[in-house]
Amino acid sequence: MRFHFKTDYDQDIRLFEDGWTFSLYAALLVLALALPLMIDPFFLGEATNVLIWAIAGLGLMLLTGQTGQVSLGHSAFMALGCYSCVLMMEANVPFVLAFLLAGVITGVVGALIAIPALKLHGVYLAIATLALAILADDIIVLLKEWTDGVNGKMSPPIDLFGYEISRWNNPIEWYYLTLAVVLMVTLFYRNLLRAPLGRAFAAVRDSEISAQAMGVNVAQTKTIAFGISCAITGLGGALMGLFAGAFNNETFNFLLSIQLLMMIVVGGLGFIHGAFLGAVVIAFLPQVLSMTTDLFGRGVAIPGLESGVFGVILILFILFEPMGLYGRWLKIRVFLELFPFARKDMFKRQKSYLKTERLR
Amino acid sequence: MSLLELDSVTLKFGGLTAVNNLSMSVEEGQVFALVGPNGAGKSTVFNLISRFYTPVTGSITFDGQDVLKMAPHEVPNLGIARTFQNIELFHQATVLQNLLVGRHRHRQTNMIAQMLHLPSVRAEERAHRHAVEEVIDFLDLQPYRNSRIAGLPYGVRKVVELGRALASKPRMLLLDEPASGLSVEETQNMRWWIDDIRRHMGITVLMVEHDMGLVGKVCDRVLALADGAKLAEGTPAEVQSHPKVIEAYLGTNAVSKGGKVA
Repeated sequence: MRFHFKTDYDQDIRLFEDGWTFSLYAALLVLALALPLMIDPFFLGEATNVLIWAIAGLGLMLLTGQTGQVSLGHSAFMALGCYSCVLMMEANVPFVLAFLLAGVITGVVGALIAIPALKLHGVYLAIATLALAILADDIIVLLKEWTDGVNGKMSPPIDLFGYEISRWNNPIEWYYLTLAVVLMVTLFYRNLLRAPLGRAFAAVRDSEISAQAMGVNVAQTKTIAFGISCAITGLGGALMGLFAGAFNNETFNFLLSIQLLMMIVVGGLGFIHGAFLGAVVIAFLPQVLSMTTDLFGRGVAIPGLESGVFGVILILFILFEPMGLYGRWLKIRVFLELFPFARKDMFKRQKSYLKTERLR
Repeated sequence: MSLLELDSVTLKFGGLTAVNNLSMSVEEGQVFALVGPNGAGKSTVFNLISRFYTPVTGSITFDGQDVLKMAPHEVPNLGIARTFQNIELFHQATVLQNLLVGRHRHRQTNMIAQMLHLPSVRAEERAHRHAVEEVIDFLDLQPYRNSRIAGLPYGVRKVVELGRALASKPRMLLLDEPASGLSVEETQNMRWWIDDIRRHMGITVLMVEHDMGLVGKVCDRVLALADGAKLAEGTPAEVQSHPKVIEAYLGTNAVSKGGKVA
């Protein structure tokens, strides 16, 4: 166990609590940078896919994990990010600008939608946003002049400062592009958490009434959270569409929202690490499933197997490990650090004292 | 002029009159207590000042400013901080983070600067942290700095909530039953803290409290409420021996026998 003798407030403010943690994450970054040298293009494509899921998941994590607002409408914002990015690229807007603007547009639209929706709490908010996700599907079909409806669009190749990146010819460049976006989003996310806005998010999540009594504008904070969350998810959606090569209204149907939500729950709600661990599960589970069915079923496809297994995993996590994979890792780490003094009931949830809900 | 003034405030929930034509004024530097039986409307008065409820008639002013014109989240900017009867902390966050939320009204950087963690944000964070450390020192919360609220005992949570209110550097503190559920020793501590808050920090205190021992020791002025209306107002001793107060607490028989509310 490491002991921290703190002599400076900056030790609590900076990104890494000590040199050891810093070197761990530096090693992880080096590993991520060296990954293309170690694995073949197919698996590199899978790694890119994991990172894209992680970006979209970080978006929803900010809203659900940090601010406590459940959204099942994030597939709509992925679609918005994707279509706006591709349409701008087709209008010859440089990729970097189109990509970032797609995030901004999605964020602004998300914030505008949030203003009426955030009067709702809990499951009602989930239902309202689910309606949004289902609606998005139809809107894409209706706007076929721009979106080409059910026929879908081909993703144009990415032109990064005159250097063309296509999914099939330049998997390594694609990977680095995605990694760069991941690093940017994670850094912004982490910076928010150590600033007043991030604490306001947590305040709104845990007790709206006392957040107000401390001067937090609850409606505004929720709107900002929705906006930032949608912006990040929109970036993830843009990358997902571009990476897929072709996309239509089906690519971003409401099941994607449910997968996103499941991903952050399985990964660990409220942890940045959770979004990444969940992304690994979501991205590799279909692969693992198809390998197992190949092995045992002699290649016979079982309809609905994937969503069934996803559902079972989600239920098992909610029942047995509500803190997700990252929460489980934290428990293991504490057990090892305190060995042999860790007690079995250390993480037992203490029943909370009476809360004032009647003021809602 | 008084710091906080309520002028003939009435609040009705449907047919129930929760606060009935209540007028009171709290002077700067006072420790003022609201007492009364359960359901008398004490906490409701707090929620009116915090703007969670809007009165049917009457006015509330703080330092000459109309409180009723403000949204609930603007009230703390006047310099009013409060605690809750049932402890409303951010229970998934650490003590430090809870206290830092108390600094929310003093933030100056915008969202973009915070996202990029510009030097101005770092400087502001240090300043917030320094202010919070002063509160931690004052309330002896050092051992709990990085503990999550969800794992803390009730008595400590009560102190953290007081600390969160103090961290916002208020002019007036509203304490809703600061000693409820505390042990004798913890109540003693609370007494010294309230004394110090008034004497050394110059903060006016308005509190709801059932423990008449504590009220008698720290308060300058007491207002007794029953069924939303004012029964009596005066020094703790005056209110405790007021016939109407004894009647409200102990019944008419007790008045003739010369009882006193303990």
